[in-house]
Amino acid sequence: MRLERRTDLSPAMLLAAPLMAVAVSLALSGLLIALAGVNPLAAYGQMVQGAFGSRLSISETLTRTTPLVLTGLAAAVAFRARLWNIGAEGQLYAGALVAAWLGHSLTLAMPAALSLLIIMGAGMVIGALLLLGPVLLRLRLGVDEVVTTLLMNFIIILFVSMMIEGPMKDPLAFGWPQSVPVESDVMLPKLLERSRLHIGLLIAVGAALLIWLVQSRTVFGMQTRAAGLNAPAAVFAGVPLSKTLLGVACISGALAGLAGAIEVTGLKGYVTLDLSPGYGYSGIVVAMLAGLNPIGVVFTALFVAVVFVGADSMSRALGVPSFIADVIVSISLLTMLVALLFTTYRVRR
Amino acid sequence: MMEAVDILFSASLWGAVLRIATPLIFGTLGALICERSGVLNLGIEGIMTLGAMVAWMTVFQGGGLWTGLLVAALCGGMFGLLHAVLTVPLGLSQHVTGLGITLFASSLTYYIYRLALPVSSSPPTIEPFQPLAIPGLSDIPFFGEALFSQTAPTYLAILAIVVTAYILIRTPLGLAIRMTGENPHAVEAQGLNPTRIRIGAVVVGSALMAIGGSFLTTATFNSFFPTMVQGRGWVCIALVVFASWRPGKALLGALLFALFDAYQLRLQHVVEGGVPYQLFLMVPYVLSIVALIVMSRRARVPQALMAPYRKGER
Repeated sequence: MRLERRTDLSPAMLLAAPLMAVAVSLALSGLLIALAGVNPLAAYGQMVQGAFGSRLSISETLTRTTPLVLTGLAAAVAFRARLWNIGAEGQLYAGALVAAWLGHSLTLAMPAALSLLIIMGAGMVIGALLLLGPVLLRLRLGVDEVVTTLLMNFIIILFVSMMIEGPMKDPLAFGWPQSVPVESDVMLPKLLERSRLHIGLLIAVGAALLIWLVQSRTVFGMQTRAAGLNAPAAVFAGVPLSKTLLGVACISGALAGLAGAIEVTGLKGYVTLDLSPGYGYSGIVVAMLAGLNPIGVVFTALFVAVVFVGADSMSRALGVPSFIADVIVSISLLTMLVALLFTTYRVRR
Repeated sequence: MMEAVDILFSASLWGAVLRIATPLIFGTLGALICERSGVLNLGIEGIMTLGAMVAWMTVFQGGGLWTGLLVAALCGGMFGLLHAVLTVPLGLSQHVTGLGITLFASSLTYYIYRLALPVSSSPPTIEPFQPLAIPGLSDIPFFGEALFSQTAPTYLAILAIVVTAYILIRTPLGLAIRMTGENPHAVEAQGLNPTRIRIGAVVVGSALMAIGGSFLTTATFNSFFPTMVQGRGWVCIALVVFASWRPGKALLGALLFALFDAYQLRLQHVVEGGVPYQLFLMVPYVLSIVALIVMSRRARVPQALMAPYRKGER
């Protein structure tokens, strides 16, 4: 048995790959749900109900989608250039911390919109800076950025913990480790009255469109793809590899930092250590399911959000541990990798 | 200030070093075996989490401690097999697959744990491994307490290092594994099957990782709780680089690392207020990154690491 690269790559197959991957993942996870003594079909029905059943649940699902679009884009942009940014979780927390700090202390006499721009910008800058370090280490010394970005997640989250228990602790939070709140006038406007849905969703979707434009219509976008497909060939063709990777790192880190800034100014209003239930890591799955396509990321982020919001409600109703959501999402990643393989290769005997 | 130095001369510190090093030794050894055959196994963090839970659950359900370790090793081996099948014959990205294995193994672990023990405010406990004093040697002042009053798996970890070093460097099997990591085509030319060698190495390596995780619940602590592995797997991946892919240096690296960790834990109690405890907790992760940077120039990476092997393809 050997694998042979397909020459006829149809768009239909590329679209079928994630659907197959998710179907297989749901089937396998169904076995685990059955293990809990619950009918898997009933559980999945309850999940759909929990994610879309009411105005509240739809708005919750879309609220959950927002950070996932951004962390998904962060992974998609980086992975396309074979830059393995696994540090989105840390970059998100750093962006969130900076946003809370500025949002609390920006008392200058300036319009709220301008303050918000500064806050978003600062979140993006800190995210980008945090990824530049590991990327420079890889380019200069050949240190694998996967391990450094993973380790940095722990360092950054400990730093956040230090800040919200120390200098940035909210004195009014009854001793809970929680950061000072951002001023209410620099909170992002709501998208829907009487819900938690904020305009961060539009920002995230806008970012996806922008990334898509850059990737498909600019020289830089072409260079990122070349760097990812075959780095030596790209260098031979005159692509400035280091510059391209540093550019990609800035975009990827900035997107993750922005996700954190938006979670704080749009939703929570302050930073705690449960700000992100692993959005950084889920972003990797979102990006892979989308085949690293920025537009696809919006839809796969929605899928992952549905799984998480749905599983929470299903867990309350049927008693299946809500960790099933993480299981479904992680199996989807593995099945998607296999599905992608068989759409680009065929098996020959 | 003197107190900070005094810590270094306490036998309890050095006893703690070996205890803290044990999971790192198993994990680093496991990752090293995988990488020597040419496969990066980032599933380590999840496999250690799985090993920790499975061993604990086996004992909690009435099994023996050693049975727990064995079950952990088997489960670790199974996830290793999954990683190996996806990355070796199918040649998928070792980075992304490994992360997928970590996400899958840890979420499955939490799911099964929650399913078996639905609600528990304080995690239930088991009777863990007790220190095993080696007759005669443990009576030596200082060294007795520091080196010869450890739990049985710690002695096993040292033995595992010796056995692995011997097999890797002195036997034909070890040569085949190392050669697969350097040049699988040459292995093929010798009439050996690089695919099988890689799968075997990843399965054995992953079993060791799971044993490393199981030490946390059967010796260090006596209960399981989510996120208890705390990035130890990633630290092991960094230690393999620090050790230049050599088992002996891996032991050294793990011990050095554990020394810093044990020292910072004790320093936390000595240093008078003002220094946030999080700064101490950062030390292991910062050290790992420093180790990667320092060794980056000198480390000799297996030449075929992360390069998928397809027969007849160059």
